[in-house]
Amino acid sequence: MNLVDVPLWVALPAAFLLVCGGLLTLVGSLGLLRFKSFYARIHAPTMGSTLGAGCVLVASILISTMLEQRPVIHELLITVFILLTAPITAMLLMRAAMSRERD
Amino acid sequence: MSVILPLAVKFALACFALSMLCALIRLLRGPAAQDRILALDTLYINGMLTILTLGIGFGAAIYFDIALLIALFGFVGSAAMAKFLLRGEVIEP
Repeated sequence: MNLVDVPLWVALPAAFLLVCGGLLTLVGSLGLLRFKSFYARIHAPTMGSTLGAGCVLVASILISTMLEQRPVIHELLITVFILLTAPITAMLLMRAAMSRERD
Repeated sequence: MSVILPLAVKFALACFALSMLCALIRLLRGPAAQDRILALDTLYINGMLTILTLGIGFGAAIYFDIALLIALFGFVGSAAMAKFLLRGEVIEP
């Protein structure tokens, strides 16, 4: 089964999720580029790394389930891992920025 | 059946390439070190999403493993560099 053989009722939501994920990630990275201070910049890419990644992972689950004709949910591993690790990185970076500004 | 899915994959790849370019510009000209680490964090997330979207486009399952490895080691690198900025050393005695 090829990518163009995916039936339309799966292809439409998957394509919508892919487009949404791409646009959200692009908006987040533009915010990383355009905002003025570090504290404004740190919240912009989280939109891409949570909602954008979630959209792409759900689209991947849909399409690989359809291609292999059985439930494929191992993309949930990446989702759980990103949801666990993104706040840790953000918290460490914020604390590092605060302690560097104080010095 | 439909051509909409390859088009969506191409559009998402273009979006991820543009956002990686934005993160690269911020990485090169970031005023402080924490800006560069934040840009590197964004860069590895975008690279992981690019690999996943390529996996959707080619219909191959091997790309998932690469994306998982990038997510694992990217977090380790970002956390280590942020810890280095915070304390001056990564693993404290």
